[in-house]
Amino acid sequence: MLIHVRHRTRYHYEQPVKSIIQALRLMPRNHEGQYVRRWQIDLDHDGTLRPGEDAFGNVMHMLSLDGPIQDLCLTVEGEVDMQDTNGILRGTCERFPPQFFLRETPLTRADAAITEFARDLFGRHGGNALKTLHALLATLHLDMAFDTEPTDTSTSAADAFALKRGVCQDLSHVFIAAARVLNIPARYVGGYLMRSDEAIHQEAGHAWAEAHIPGLGWVGFDPANGICPTESHIRVGIGLDYLGAAPIRGARLGGASEKMAVEVTVADSHLDSQNGQDNQIRWQRPPETARQASQQFQA
Amino acid sequence: MLSRTADSLFWLSRYVERADYLARVLEAATRLSALPRAYGTGTNEWESALATAGCRDLFQRFHETPSAANVTDFLAFSEDNPASIRKCLEIARTNARAVRTALTSEMWEAINGAWLELQQMPAHADADGLMRFLDWVKEMSLRVDGSGYRTMLRNDAYWFARLGIFIERADNTARILDVKYHVLLPEHAVVGGGIDYAQWAAILRAVSALTSYHWVYRQGLQPWLIADLLILNQQMPRSLAACYEAIVGNLERLGSDYGRHGEAQRLARSTYVQLQNSRIEQVFQGGLHEFISAFIVNNNRLGGAIAAQYLS
Amino acid sequence: MAFDEMRFADGGIRPPYAEVARWLQGVTSAQLERRRAEAELFYRRGGVTFAVYGDAQGEERIIPYDIIPRILSGVEWARLKTGLEQRIRTLNHYLADIYGPREILKAGIVPEDLVWQNPAYRPEMAGLAVPHGIHIHIAGIDIVRVDGDDFYVLEDNARTPSGVSYMLGGREISIRLMPELYAAHRVAPIENYPNELLATLQSTAPRNANKDPIAVLLTPGQYNSAYYEHSFLADKMGIELVEGSDLFVRDSVVFMRTTEGPKRVDIIYRRLDDAFIDPLVFDPGSMLGVPGLFAAYAAGNVTLANAVGTGAVDDKVVYSYVPDMVRFYLGEEPILKNVPTWRCRQKDDLAYVLDHLSELVVKEVHGSGGYGMLVGPHATGADIEEFRQRLLAAPANYIAQPTLSLSTCPAFVDQGIAPRHVDLRPFVLTGADGIRIVPGGLTRVALRQGSLVVNSSQGGGTKDTWVIEDPEMPEARA
Repeated sequence: MLIHVRHRTRYHYEQPVKSIIQALRLMPRNHEGQYVRRWQIDLDHDGTLRPGEDAFGNVMHMLSLDGPIQDLCLTVEGEVDMQDTNGILRGTCERFPPQFFLRETPLTRADAAITEFARDLFGRHGGNALKTLHALLATLHLDMAFDTEPTDTSTSAADAFALKRGVCQDLSHVFIAAARVLNIPARYVGGYLMRSDEAIHQEAGHAWAEAHIPGLGWVGFDPANGICPTESHIRVGIGLDYLGAAPIRGARLGGASEKMAVEVTVADSHLDSQNGQDNQIRWQRPPETARQASQQFQA
Repeated sequence: MLSRTADSLFWLSRYVERADYLARVLEAATRLSALPRAYGTGTNEWESALATAGCRDLFQRFHETPSAANVTDFLAFSEDNPASIRKCLEIARTNARAVRTALTSEMWEAINGAWLELQQMPAHADADGLMRFLDWVKEMSLRVDGSGYRTMLRNDAYWFARLGIFIERADNTARILDVKYHVLLPEHAVVGGGIDYAQWAAILRAVSALTSYHWVYRQGLQPWLIADLLILNQQMPRSLAACYEAIVGNLERLGSDYGRHGEAQRLARSTYVQLQNSRIEQVFQGGLHEFISAFIVNNNRLGGAIAAQYLS
Repeated sequence: MAFDEMRFADGGIRPPYAEVARWLQGVTSAQLERRRAEAELFYRRGGVTFAVYGDAQGEERIIPYDIIPRILSGVEWARLKTGLEQRIRTLNHYLADIYGPREILKAGIVPEDLVWQNPAYRPEMAGLAVPHGIHIHIAGIDIVRVDGDDFYVLEDNARTPSGVSYMLGGREISIRLMPELYAAHRVAPIENYPNELLATLQSTAPRNANKDPIAVLLTPGQYNSAYYEHSFLADKMGIELVEGSDLFVRDSVVFMRTTEGPKRVDIIYRRLDDAFIDPLVFDPGSMLGVPGLFAAYAAGNVTLANAVGTGAVDDKVVYSYVPDMVRFYLGEEPILKNVPTWRCRQKDDLAYVLDHLSELVVKEVHGSGGYGMLVGPHATGADIEEFRQRLLAAPANYIAQPTLSLSTCPAFVDQGIAPRHVDLRPFVLTGADGIRIVPGGLTRVALRQGSLVVNSSQGGGTKDTWVIEDPEMPEARA
């Protein structure tokens, strides 16, 4: 299936910003089951966008902009050919042995509650890693309510688990923390999801987890949906936790307070072109100067 | 040099200068308030002290009626007032510590010594203690100023430090004039008498110019001459013209040292030329209040231009 | 009975201390007291202070200074120096390896989890070519002696070791306050340390640097405990002392904000921990760092000294593998000895340690500054019980070592002149043009009688360290 993604981030600053620097993990890589047909990053300001790779092999662009800037729009747009692999990953870019992904981070530290929860599941499934992970997936999906209110990007797994609510990021963190307690390497995945409920327009990207099982390799688990990733899951970045795979990490000089709006559209390319873009703000071509500076990336 | 270093030197000087100015304002207010009530003075002296210090609004958040006790406390010692004398000295010392290696040891010892002495002083003072405190503040600023003047290399570090002094001093002189301008207006001259004399003398005293006035004009206190002395007279070290002579001089040195002149130089020259070419009669014709208000705006704009060009 | 560096067990004087012993006989307590007071005044006036963590007042204190110098003979120093060079070459090899081909893991010499689970190992460094292949530009290797023959490494400090300002301050005091004793020796100079450091830093400039590479010292700011040292070193090297906000990154190049506009920076001697240097890559809450700095570093446009992730070599378990690393990378036998170390992560070692707690020193693997350790022979029963529980709860967090009888040197204390335990922190500089070590280092002394803890945060003091020309080699005097 060919999936079309458009991800637009708009910033509005209270005062003109002097300079902006951002690290972007917004570009998917290929692996078996995922082939990037075309992909480009655009911005509506004169700046430089330098491609590179981060520690985990994610494509990372460094964006530098000089002000004064009061409004900024960053657009990611592309098409990816997807195939279902039952959640099993092959041909991914691997920079570290699975064992590395046992490392705990502040966001994925297992507290007593998560530890007990994980060990209990493990015991009930006779110490079988794969069965335990599937149980973990189902239990988290059932027990933790989707709620954007109580958590934010800095909420830890332990806090979210105590609240029994959160967003895909929080559920993934809890999943990862629990897997690592059981000595199962686990990692965070950031990407896009084409939703089965046909909600094309979303307010954010998606996140899920991967765990490493001897014999199988890396396997995806999407606790927010209670399923293993399908052909609808476009995988963009991996990390030990959200921070390692965050789509945008930035800093700026000046600007006082900031407003940010994110619009994500993920749809079947075929249907999308038929539906047209009726209810979407039409993209304006960036000014010429910006086009020169902002490089485009064709996959 | 690092912009932050220049910034710290600039503000270090400004805060020491401001502390000195606040001490003088308080001293003048204390003298005026000690005059018999028949002279028409009283609590409004304290209100005008707050206005000249530029913190009347902030004061009102903490107190209702200005009195000798609460105003002196607020301007000299208060922790609530981020620009009290005590706070000014603390900020000056913090800035000095941040650029310790850009200062001579004499200058560091003058500032750090003052700060250490301040730690030993009581947090409040009675009338007697206040006068001793104010004298100490003035002496401290002389020590800091003098140690810098005598020991610092004549390079950009020195010029930024001097710029801070004169931008702040020009602002202070202008503020006094702005609050007291009505006392200087021509119709008041007719009234004359003890009240006005006391007010005029207080203004001059606040900028330590009472004796200078007599030397320069060799006559009794006349309001337009007071205005002339404080605005246009280049011999008077606190006059706006003298401050701008120094500002332009320091900015020119920076400009030629760095091989680049910019907005700061242009703004400073423009104000200086205006001061040089004006006569006090013209100033009064155009309106003293308007003249001073415009000056304060321009002086602030220059501060902003210096910050944009060098300090950030 | 500890090995005393001045006296043989029979009371005779060891040759390097001949002059010191003679001098101590002629000097009165009052004279020593006066000099001690003057030394303290020197530190106070100069503002040579450090802030104590956990002190609400943020009080600035001075470290006690003991005026009696510690002496190392030229021969002793030569052996120590060779050993330090060997050690630092090994540590640099190890870092290049674990961030590169990982040969030592493939060879099974260091267990993999010591790399992968080590929080100081920074995955961002993997595969990154650091300028000139140098990871540890500045190291402080803590050395102790237990006899006249061997030097033992107690700890490798490969992150941002401090103390060099005390080393240099101590020498200033010796020359001023004890000219007669100083003149009676030929003492190898250390005053050139700032020059050596600057030369080391400049030698490691990135390839595309300014023609005259610009180095800066990055400090966390004036509230850091070692701020004095940062400003002192920047001043002596004639480089800018910058805070994170003074720097910015544009298009993967680092600039500093100056009164003359942006100026490119080539080398950053950073005294800021890894976690804080770049909020885009590490701790996102850090206000002390420079956004984009790591990208500039990864692009090869700036040198960080030390490199990021050097802490992967200086925890106390990795320490225990250093002798194996020397053999693996250099094919040599280690010149400096390691203190025997029980790794509590291993079952047998743990069992031994639990059985011998009252004899051993137990340390946290990632601890430093003398905090979080148990000195068995000096501990109460309750302390030992507490540590037993901690060990059982998280054995991998601990190692244990025999209680070393650290060597002693004469010190002037309240009771007069008495032997006190010492260690030594030489500073090893590694540049593209070789290794530089100024002779000696910072001697730390436990001023409390019997105490083995020399850390300044725990009541330790410092001493000047003299590497003297050996009297039996007069021809070397030329």
